[in-house]
Amino acid sequence: MGVLGQSIKRREDPRLITGEAKYLDDLQMAGMAHAAILRSPFAHAKIKSIKTERAAALPGVIGVFTGKDFMELNPLPCAWAAGGVENHLNTPRCLEPDRVTHTGMGVAVVVAQDRYTAEDALALIEVDWEPLPVVTNAKKATEAGAPQLHENAPKNIECEWQCGDAAATDAALKSADVVIKQQIINQRLIPTAMEPRGCVARYDSAADEYTVWATAQAPHVMRLITTAFVFGIPETKMRVISPQVGGGFGAKIYLYPEYVLVIALSKKIGRAVKWMETRRENYVATTHGRDHITEVEIGAKKDGSITGLRVHTYANMGGILSTIAPGIPTTLYGRLLSGPYKIPHIYCHVLNVYTNTGMVDAYRGAGRPEATYVLERAMDWVADALGMDPVQVRRKNFIPSNEFPYTPADNILAGLAYDSGDYTKTLDKALAMLDYKDFREEQAAARKQGKYLGVGFSSYIELCGVAPSAWIGLPNQGWGAGLWESANIRMHLTGKVVVTTGSQSHGQGHETTMAQIVADQLGIPVDDVIVQHSDTLGTPFGYGSYGSRSGAVGGIAVYRAAERIKEKAKRLAAHMLEANVQDLIYEDGKVMVKGVPAKAKTIQEIALQSAVGYSLPQGMEPFLDETSYYDPPNCTYPFGTHICIVEVDAQTGKTKILRYIAVDDVGNVINPMIVDGQVHGGIAQGVAQALYEGAVYDDNGQLVSGSLMDYAVPTAAMLPSYETARTVTPSPVNPLGVKGAGETGTIASTPAVVNAVMDALKPFGVKHIDMPLTPEKVWRAMHTNGGMS
Amino acid sequence: MKVSMKVNGQLREADVEPRWLLVHVLREKFGLTGTNVGCDTTQCGACTVLMNDMAVKSCNVLAVQADGAEIITIEGLKTDGQYHPLQQAFWDEHGLQCGFCTPGMIMAAVDLLKHEAQPNYAQIRHGIEGNLCRCTGYENIVRAIRQAADKM
Repeated sequence: MGVLGQSIKRREDPRLITGEAKYLDDLQMAGMAHAAILRSPFAHAKIKSIKTERAAALPGVIGVFTGKDFMELNPLPCAWAAGGVENHLNTPRCLEPDRVTHTGMGVAVVVAQDRYTAEDALALIEVDWEPLPVVTNAKKATEAGAPQLHENAPKNIECEWQCGDAAATDAALKSADVVIKQQIINQRLIPTAMEPRGCVARYDSAADEYTVWATAQAPHVMRLITTAFVFGIPETKMRVISPQVGGGFGAKIYLYPEYVLVIALSKKIGRAVKWMETRRENYVATTHGRDHITEVEIGAKKDGSITGLRVHTYANMGGILSTIAPGIPTTLYGRLLSGPYKIPHIYCHVLNVYTNTGMVDAYRGAGRPEATYVLERAMDWVADALGMDPVQVRRKNFIPSNEFPYTPADNILAGLAYDSGDYTKTLDKALAMLDYKDFREEQAAARKQGKYLGVGFSSYIELCGVAPSAWIGLPNQGWGAGLWESANIRMHLTGKVVVTTGSQSHGQGHETTMAQIVADQLGIPVDDVIVQHSDTLGTPFGYGSYGSRSGAVGGIAVYRAAERIKEKAKRLAAHMLEANVQDLIYEDGKVMVKGVPAKAKTIQEIALQSAVGYSLPQGMEPFLDETSYYDPPNCTYPFGTHICIVEVDAQTGKTKILRYIAVDDVGNVINPMIVDGQVHGGIAQGVAQALYEGAVYDDNGQLVSGSLMDYAVPTAAMLPSYETARTVTPSPVNPLGVKGAGETGTIASTPAVVNAVMDALKPFGVKHIDMPLTPEKVWRAMHTNGGMS
Repeated sequence: MKVSMKVNGQLREADVEPRWLLVHVLREKFGLTGTNVGCDTTQCGACTVLMNDMAVKSCNVLAVQADGAEIITIEGLKTDGQYHPLQQAFWDEHGLQCGFCTPGMIMAAVDLLKHEAQPNYAQIRHGIEGNLCRCTGYENIVRAIRQAADKM
């Protein structure tokens, strides 16, 4: 058995368990200055004047700058407008010169010899503010009389987007025996990667070039949009390096104002400059996720079959747009609303709305958790209304396994089709792990004793390997670039292999999994493969890591580059063996004549010959060096069923998770240990949304949950142990049959937990509580008989 | 003002302002960047080190308070080139992903196992409550600590 599919230990770990890894804040440079940023205390205000003289006079301060000092730089671009509709784009500058639309926007910067001095100087800057009226709720922001944030966006609407068929869905709902209508809120979350963001920049005046180190999930994209769109300089004038990156979860994909600022400062003051985000800054200035207010209508026949789904969502964008914000609640949300179900008609209408809150963009799952939450809550409402078992309703509506590739109704997926699936299989496996019948008996017995147990189900699909450029780049998708991925493989004369990839690892373990792909393909020891990433100098252009695309897109680029190495090796071996290339096969790291294993050359021998070039076939260039730019024909669609068992304490309203079962199908698996780890972490974040986390702004636009004292990132004691299992339905989209696993846990777990709590609360007539399901909210619902309109 | 402390067995000295935090002295004066800073309210525990044999959050200790103390950081955990059983267990059990919380998590676990040599899973979960991890969902961290307890 090859190294593919094996739980080999991560090769990146030795530097991480010893403290030797270098994260952004660990970088030191001769003469490096430190920046601190003055941020707006107001959610909406005009800047009348800024006085910097006292700050500039403080010993140790190198310079103090405001937005007016950077007017030659363009505002940051928005790279993903909502597709096919008019967008009213407003994006930040590196420092805001005139006006702020959320708390935490930068308005001035101090550069000093150390961070302590820079922070001292911030206190000496005087800003004359003119506060303006504030709106933080996306629905209220669209109403008459609401404060207006941007001249080009009447009613604060960034865009109005839709998919599906409105008329057919109306008719489908009319034809239903039962229609359930409910408003649900998918609350705002703060991603909270344990490492905050940061940037170091150094300008080389002799070469007129910048070197930038940033906590970036997509260093090539960051370089491209910084140079071409903000600075107006050639891409080649900048090198971007992501050092060791301490988690991202989406929030480190984007180009942020501070990065542009630090890069510009490095030239202005002629020294390397470092800015490292504090956690408080991270909470106001790094992107948030989710924040939807959604009206759902679902119709079903008496037998449980769904007739139609209508969804209207107010998606909060925050005060100004982050890099790909408009695309998330549109393409990655509305287009996924069929989930694992055969729904005859769907219509989704979305308003992207500006409010005086922090920027909202992709956060782990990005649109797909919101879609899954809508659907999986709705399936339970249908079950409830019809007096059916929630498992039966799901089973009834699953897309049958013989109907793949499956195209969701009303063209909501814009031309794509689900690749493969067997949804009943994961459900059955999860039910077997649970022992469903026994649980229902236990639940009934417990209720008699005043103990409230509940079970929640969540069957999901997700869209991974975010790519096909020809799909995402269509005019009705709005994406401003391609989404393929790259890899280069060079086999050196020593037999050592260097893989470079445009994909970026910030915890996923690429240095291990990419090496497994290459070692398996070439039949060489995994220790002979070195994987390099995250530096625009020395890796081919690539779009980076997000949307669970590193395996299903980046990994396939690696696979294909390895295939090309093998092809060339075979041609050279034919020359070395004086054989016909058609008679050769590549097996176990050797090229051999079919049926004559003794007549063979190892890949190492071939690599040596190729590198020295003493005797090559006519026309063949030396060296085994192959590149692939892989653009898949489709996304991939993992699926699964998660089950959560809870006990709700009737005295306190506190929820305890007793069991958590996850059966996922992510296609073929490269490294089971790493996939399990991704699933664990994803579940934790989804459970956190269901029970604990919520970003709260008060009516003045102040972030009340603005620190880790106030925002409930769960500890180990607040989370359960997870029982995980898999089924394997390979993806036909790519030659490895892989789908993607980074976001499945987050997508599936939130509704599983909420459904479980609602099941526990059935005796109290409670139908819905908006998340997070804090003890107080649950207790109140238990004592006020219901929350459903 | 001058502070001196024994860090990972070596006497180190620095001249710092009284307001400097221990973590900044470790990172910026002594070059020990393995200890990370993940928050500013002492919640995350990424900066956990041992001070006089007790786990402390080094972002919550002034350097002057550590004057004369004995400090062990993640860099001081290996002995004779061998990983500490906890380091080895975190690697074996995939107890880390991005690695940012890992040094603090391991130092907190060192302290935990000093007080409770054979903790059960619930005790481990409570024992590391002062340290946040956003990647692993804690599952494999808990397993790693349990595995290390078996081997120590």
